[in-house]
Amino acid sequence: MIKVMNLTKNFNGFTAVDDISFNVGEGEIFAFLGPNGAGKSTTIKMLTTLLKPSSGKLMVNGFNPLTQQDDARRSFGIVFQDQSIDEELTAYENMEFHGVLYGVEKETRTERIKQLMEMVGLWSRRDDYVKYYSGGMKRRLEIARGLIHHPRILFLDEPTLGLDPQTRNNIWEHILELNADDGMTIFFTTHYMAEAEEVADRVAIIDHGQIITSGTVEEIRSSTSTSSLEDAFLQLTGRSIREENATSMDRMRLRRGVRR
Amino acid sequence: MIQTIYVMWLRQLKRYWRSKSRLIGSIGQPLLFLVAFGFGFSPVFEKAGGVDYMQFLVPGIVAMTILFTSMFTGIEVVWDRRFGFLKETLVAPISRTDIMIGRTLGGATISVIQGLVVLLLAFLIGFRPVSWFSILPAVFFMFLLSIFLTGFGTAIASRIDDMQAFPMIMNLLIMPMFFLSGALFPIDGLPSFIKLLVLVNPLSYGVDGLRATLTGVMSFTLPLDLTVLAGLSILVNLVGAWLFSRIEI
Repeated sequence: MIKVMNLTKNFNGFTAVDDISFNVGEGEIFAFLGPNGAGKSTTIKMLTTLLKPSSGKLMVNGFNPLTQQDDARRSFGIVFQDQSIDEELTAYENMEFHGVLYGVEKETRTERIKQLMEMVGLWSRRDDYVKYYSGGMKRRLEIARGLIHHPRILFLDEPTLGLDPQTRNNIWEHILELNADDGMTIFFTTHYMAEAEEVADRVAIIDHGQIITSGTVEEIRSSTSTSSLEDAFLQLTGRSIREENATSMDRMRLRRGVRR
Repeated sequence: MIQTIYVMWLRQLKRYWRSKSRLIGSIGQPLLFLVAFGFGFSPVFEKAGGVDYMQFLVPGIVAMTILFTSMFTGIEVVWDRRFGFLKETLVAPISRTDIMIGRTLGGATISVIQGLVVLLLAFLIGFRPVSWFSILPAVFFMFLLSIFLTGFGTAIASRIDDMQAFPMIMNLLIMPMFFLSGALFPIDGLPSFIKLLVLVNPLSYGVDGLRATLTGVMSFTLPLDLTVLAGLSILVNLVGAWLFSRIEI
């Protein structure tokens, strides 16, 4: 479903993603883990046509995101790390906007919007402005929105960041349902290792732009002789805290609007 | 494609309509100029040559309203980038040119509405066009000017991701454009170097076109005004679409 071969991304001499390769099969739940600044979001941005790779090959649902942009774009839904809804519009208007952009016919659109908003429990609040929504509600709305065009792949960049356990469980329930019922491929990043441990079929750990290990949770645990994914993660990536915005390079990248 | 352009346009109008403070705020400034300059300089102009200054000033103030509204529409791109919505449009399977066209049309529509509101207020304080039918070609000029300036603002905004920098850069452009456009004073008797600045200022042609259609007084000719504005509109929007297609997040 997703093929990445020797993917590299440089920002003015800084290598954010350094020659990584991996595959994600159809219907798989794939966790992409790594410390802050490891290159997770940059990779997702390249897979979702927002950034151009410096070198390497990409395939998303059989399409090349560089040359078959629109086919690739139709193949996936995405929930970004930071919010991407228009707060000045109502929840329904945001959904409608997305449906139109993806060319979903009016009748189908109306039907799907209702069904999806009911699924995430926001149908009764559909006419509220999004600015009055809580963080969890916004997240649920973003997930529902990403599904209107029935994507084959769902990208989730830290979908549960800053959410309470109730909302987190609720969101994962929906996602697992989609995966089980429609065989939707799920590609997600998270900092909650327990989360990845619980839902992921396969895991890849990336650090300093390179994939240091990948496999099932079981495989990673046994290869590091640890009892939990969190321990394995810490053993592999070290205990030092990453200073994300400290260097001048980082500031420059921030100024260029490149956030990780 | 039409659908994409339409929803982009609709979104901007909805946002505009819901932000009452923006509506009022952006009309306050032109109104102040109209009243202060209009009533302030009228006696001077009357003594100087019997010109009705209010008649002269109104088309200039309408152009000013359009200038400010259109150029600042670009800030929506900066906002959308800052608040993440830009990504939603950039991962969608639609052409960047359509996004740009939708945005430009949305911004231009808002500018024309603002310009019409100011024109309406001008009627209330005594402005009279040469004929009521001249309103139609005037609206056309307003629209053309809006398309040009919105495209201009959006193109600049697509290269800027600093919310604080955008208004400053805009003011740096807007102020000289406004003061050196013949909006406030006739350009015919100006010293030659200032006149040159006026001639290279695109807004001068918008002001002239509006003044010609509304009051029958002009410094250039209507075909010249039209050609300059139409040519620049196309140019600026093509460049804008290209810049837009190169946005990476």
